[in-house]
Amino acid sequence: MSVPPSNSAVVADGLIKQFGRFAALRGVSGEFEAGKLYVILGDNGAGKTTLLRIIAGLSQPTRGKISVMGTSMDTSKVKDAQAQIGYMAHPSLLYDDLTGMENLQYFAELYGIASNRCREAIASVHLDPDLERPVGQYSQGMRQRMSLARALLNDPCLLLLDEPFSNVDTHSASEMAGLLAQLRDQRKTLFVVTHQPAILESNADEFVWMVAGRIVNRTASLRAEAP
Amino acid sequence: MSFLAITRATLGKDIRLEWRSKDAINAMLFFSLLVVVIFSFAFDPTAEDSRRIAGGLVWVAFLFAAIVALNQTWAREVRNQVLDAYRVSPAPANPLFLAKAIGNFLFVSVLEALMTPLFIAFYKLRALGPGWELLPIAVLGTWALVVNGTFFAAISLRTRSREIMLPALLFPLSIPALLGMVNATTAVLTGEGVLRFWIALLVAYDVVFTTACLLLFRTVLEAE
Repeated sequence: MSVPPSNSAVVADGLIKQFGRFAALRGVSGEFEAGKLYVILGDNGAGKTTLLRIIAGLSQPTRGKISVMGTSMDTSKVKDAQAQIGYMAHPSLLYDDLTGMENLQYFAELYGIASNRCREAIASVHLDPDLERPVGQYSQGMRQRMSLARALLNDPCLLLLDEPFSNVDTHSASEMAGLLAQLRDQRKTLFVVTHQPAILESNADEFVWMVAGRIVNRTASLRAEAP
Repeated sequence: MSFLAITRATLGKDIRLEWRSKDAINAMLFFSLLVVVIFSFAFDPTAEDSRRIAGGLVWVAFLFAAIVALNQTWAREVRNQVLDAYRVSPAPANPLFLAKAIGNFLFVSVLEALMTPLFIAFYKLRALGPGWELLPIAVLGTWALVVNGTFFAAISLRTRSREIMLPALLFPLSIPALLGMVNATTAVLTGEGVLRFWIALLVAYDVVFTTACLLLFRTVLEAE
């Protein structure tokens, strides 16, 4: 898939998200260039996952606007934008009773993708496409990789990853980080929410710091500039 | 990526998941079996009595048993938040609904095929009217149960007590269909009553509610 002509992958303008009386986002604005790797940081409840879900079109902001790959996410063209998005959530988004290949073959149908792409996606995260075990019997690390393979299935321009390194051993985490850097080098845009930013320290283009539903700082390096 | 291909893929996936777990079928069979056995001990009906009450008994048993399958169908999508993977894909909402409804129709039909001989044996049933008419009644009645059931199970998906919420939403709306199924079945068994009217009611019910569910499902799927 080619990168869209506009240089902004995501443009957020005054995003507010209320859950009842709780405001998860309190006015998030910012422009995020295409072809960069952004690491979103913040304590639990800072609004990182909510922001990612709004970018993915899974949640609508209470107020404010967002456009993704040049498409406003409040229009009927959301599905066009979503065709270019890969989303990996904290839960696996996989069926436990299906094998990895069966899971990916099903999702490939949803995207209208040829099933041979499934093998490539699984191999790209260093898993065996012929593994017969259902995903429910995978280790947590394998499940995380398979979840990443599912997010990569449609060769997305924009990849949204929520805690991709949680419960993954150090070696696998650094392998995944290398893969993410490769994807960035292919001019894909990545947003990675993580509590382990050090893993991406050498690969990230920008660290986005969130506190209490707001972006409070955007820095090029992880050290010394935290709010 | 066509509507039919996504419907077929989702249906195939659901059948495969049910084949491996047998969660819905086993629970439905167990429940229906209990109803048949308990009622046959509780009452000792004559053949004539059986013909009059069997329609109601059979359909109420299938309705309650279907609730199990209906809850199960969406529970699979909530586990690991897999539904989000569908929502973030470019696939439209309706193939998902249609595949779920067809899947539930197949599961409940399997239950009916297995339980009907038992009902006949336990209640010594013999139809005095045209017995073959039970087939369209079963098809129309089952679709009426599962199409609304699939829709309301999706609505109650994000509620805390969805096991209670589903019957609370579904049963009141199912009353016209239930009347149609019970009266049509009784008309066939007793050879009395206006069978055509009840079948027409079921056809109208199915058309209206299938259309309404298809029109509204996208809103339900995208609700937070």
